[in-house]
Amino acid sequence: MKRLLPFPYLSLLLLIVWLLMNNSASPGHILLGLIFALLIPLGTSSMRKNQPTLKKPLSAAKYLLMLMGDIIVSNVEVAIQVLGPVRKISPGFIAVPLDITQDLPITLLASSISLTPGTVSIEVSEDKQWLYVHVLNLVDETKTIANIKQRYESPLKEIFGC
Amino acid sequence: MSLFVEWLVILLLLLGAFFLMVGSIGLAKLPDFYTRLHAPTKASTLGIGAVLIASTLFFSVTQDGISVKELVITLFLFITAPITAHMMGKAAMHKEKKAIDRTRNLHLQEPARNRQPPKAPETTE
Repeated sequence: MKRLLPFPYLSLLLLIVWLLMNNSASPGHILLGLIFALLIPLGTSSMRKNQPTLKKPLSAAKYLLMLMGDIIVSNVEVAIQVLGPVRKISPGFIAVPLDITQDLPITLLASSISLTPGTVSIEVSEDKQWLYVHVLNLVDETKTIANIKQRYESPLKEIFGC
Repeated sequence: MSLFVEWLVILLLLLGAFFLMVGSIGLAKLPDFYTRLHAPTKASTLGIGAVLIASTLFFSVTQDGISVKELVITLFLFITAPITAHMMGKAAMHKEKKAIDRTRNLHLQEPARNRQPPKAPETTE
């Protein structure tokens, strides 16, 4: 089972995406999707690095919902800032110290930061200890850093159990 | 299609159009590359999100069965948008694009470009 299905989540995702793209759940497409879901992970397994696995799928779902909410809220905030006078915007760079160490959680954290308006992750330091972020309107540096760490990093840490 | 769904679709389309417009305004208005990076990459998330929900609603009501391929668009968008933003920011950093002078913590640009940990700031804020 382990040899045939090395990445069950990836297989499941492939099947779901295949069915969504075809916009149908007919037996033919399910069969074809299953074949792809089995073959693609096998064919690409040599390219994959060992990544930490999802320890808590439920917290991951909660994290996604929270992220959606944050995206909506901060989108409105950024819209107000953009439509207001530019003089009021004080952009800035911040360096966020990282507690998570593996590639996948850092990627997810950086992507979450970039997805929420007002912050874009620019660069990760080579030793993977610092994440550089550009903030559109930096008011309180320590507060922004604490917010990122507490809102996004600690749930990710919990999800991947690292 | 019932009146309620019709209104909902109209509302979502207008909302999406509004946020996409804000993104474009930001692109034209903001002062430097890094701040301009924020507007279009962000507007796409909520703006396109609203348009896609409207599309799902419209085609689910007017056609047989529910339409879910918009979900795939959303998924791909949410995967690619932060990566493009990240790559553009990174490229700007390496091209030593000027950030406007009132940008705070400009000293962080240097270590970020070299992927080094930040040095202690000269002044504590």
